[in-house]
Amino acid sequence: MTTPAIEINGLTKRYGSLTALDDISLSVNTGEMFGLIGPDGAGKSSLYRILATLMAPDSGSASVLGLDTVKDYRALRLRIGYMPERFSLYPDMTVMENLHFFASLFGVKIEDNYDLIAPFFGQLEKFPDRMAGKLSGGMKQKLALSCALIHRPDILLLDEPTTGVDAVSRSEFWDMLATLRQKEITILVSTSYMDEATRCGRIAMMDRGHILRVGTPDALAAGLGENLYNAVSADMFGLLSALRKLPEVSDCYTFGATLHVVGSDRFDSAEAERRLRREGIADARIYPAKGNIEDLFIKLAGNE
Amino acid sequence: MSFKSNLRILGALLHKELMLMKRNPIIPKIIFIMPIGVMLLLPLVATMDVRNVNITVVDNDRSQLSRRLVADMDATAELKVTDIVGTHSEAVRNVENGDADVILTIPPHWSRDLSQLYVEANGVNATKGTLGAQYVSASLMTTLGKWQTAHGISMTVPAVTVKNSYNPTLNFRNFMIPALLIILLIIICGFLPALNLVSEKESGTIEAMNVTPVGRFTFVLSKLIPFWVAAIFVITVGMLTGWLVYDLWPEGSVWDIYVASILFSLVMSGLGVAIANRSATMLQAIFVMFAFIMIFQLMGGLFTPISSMPQWAQIVTYAVPPRYFNEIIRAIYLKGASMSDLWTQYVCLAGIAVLISLFAAWSYKKRA
Repeated sequence: MTTPAIEINGLTKRYGSLTALDDISLSVNTGEMFGLIGPDGAGKSSLYRILATLMAPDSGSASVLGLDTVKDYRALRLRIGYMPERFSLYPDMTVMENLHFFASLFGVKIEDNYDLIAPFFGQLEKFPDRMAGKLSGGMKQKLALSCALIHRPDILLLDEPTTGVDAVSRSEFWDMLATLRQKEITILVSTSYMDEATRCGRIAMMDRGHILRVGTPDALAAGLGENLYNAVSADMFGLLSALRKLPEVSDCYTFGATLHVVGSDRFDSAEAERRLRREGIADARIYPAKGNIEDLFIKLAGNE
Repeated sequence: MSFKSNLRILGALLHKELMLMKRNPIIPKIIFIMPIGVMLLLPLVATMDVRNVNITVVDNDRSQLSRRLVADMDATAELKVTDIVGTHSEAVRNVENGDADVILTIPPHWSRDLSQLYVEANGVNATKGTLGAQYVSASLMTTLGKWQTAHGISMTVPAVTVKNSYNPTLNFRNFMIPALLIILLIIICGFLPALNLVSEKESGTIEAMNVTPVGRFTFVLSKLIPFWVAAIFVITVGMLTGWLVYDLWPEGSVWDIYVASILFSLVMSGLGVAIANRSATMLQAIFVMFAFIMIFQLMGGLFTPISSMPQWAQIVTYAVPPRYFNEIIRAIYLKGASMSDLWTQYVCLAGIAVLISLFAAWSYKKRA
């Protein structure tokens, strides 16, 4: 067993009275694609800033590639690729100028590491002289990823790379990350889109400075261990409030075009439909649903 | 990290800075056009030479001599006799209406007994009033002197001679041009690098930069070097413009001016970096910078002499870096002083440069 790529022990970070990270411990294996899933304000970016050596924690420790993020930050910076949440390339420089600039900072030649960025930089090569600020959202992400990878880092830290990117580009982006895994680069990626969790090998669910669960997306979804049902009706709002009044329903929330109903042990869908008809919602239909990460998240966050 | 790799990184950063500077819509204009524009325009308008002093004469004498006094006065470049009235109250009304700055009263039978003449000045515009009154008395003296010679009378007219050392014609431009050079340096070396640094914070590019092996010191240096070069350029252009257009060239050594300019550039860029480190947005940096520039302009002795400030303010000016630079530039420009005459000013400027740079470096570390 090699050393873990990321090892976090009891990490705490406060901003005044706000605790952004509360005693977090986590371990990420080498070569893994690890996802940090959580809503805005969960503490994902704070964790990234500590791992990327930009910020020191208040207590606890973090090591990346066996190097301490506070003590060994100089050595570490040569080996990590970090892509901040905000686009952080020079908008007034062209695609090629940005790439050349980052390569020259690390003292590497673009040709030497081109194989790494080829799968996605290929699309950018069609307009090498376009200003980075004038690129579309998806193209910006590709360029930022290229610049973060140009020095062939051992670990890639991606902070919400798909936020603000259209659905097609998002899917493309995850495909690109999959190709990088084959190059044995450890990837830590965060997202607030729950559906993207399934693209990761393992995930950690974060909320309000805590890690709620860690595991593979399938295992976590399977471990939901609840009676989960879909509920539909023409009057969705009436349905929602009626279901929430039922004693056997422990939670009910909108989920896409349907409602998700979390029933207690005594919950019976046929019985619930009858009760709803008596309430005047004649077209209510309740049928079993397959839970996913989002359901788990809502359950865990509700228990806090 | 090795010195060599730091040098390589600095090279890459400087290349980037120059590229961005060229593409910036404003910065090149500030560096190239502003110095020339300022040197061409401001010495012409920002002058304290008093012209067009309006005079109302109360002539109760109405003699040949009194008419000659008035005519001679009107013939001078600075004075203009706008009205001749019969009573003093009419003259005062002219002052109240803003039509007169100075009242000259000639008493009845004055040409016979040559008694007192009365000159009154409007003190609302203090400079114009006092200078105007002086011009009037000078003009009167000249006329009286000539008249006496012509009539063979030798009566003692108090001879007034004023000599202005180092600026013989009391040309205000000679006083303004060194001050303008100082202001140009304040803007180029203080304002621009500070804004440049904060803009990287605003655009978020500093985040990506901080995770690379780029050292903070190297990064800041890459921001300052272009503006130091620009400062040398601006000083050169400023001096050349002063020489070509106003025929004003330093009496002393040009190299002494360059040494002082480099020291002053270090002071201003250090201050700029310190302010940038503490500002999150360009707007914040601009406002803080403005506060400093106000104090520097008004307390540095650029426009108003330090010796006429209250005692406590004079003590404060020892902490205002332009004070030393101003003393150096004016002394070299107008008196032809050398570095050995001005060594205290040079040492003070160098001391402040070191202190402020250390503070800037320290505050940068704390922030990251």
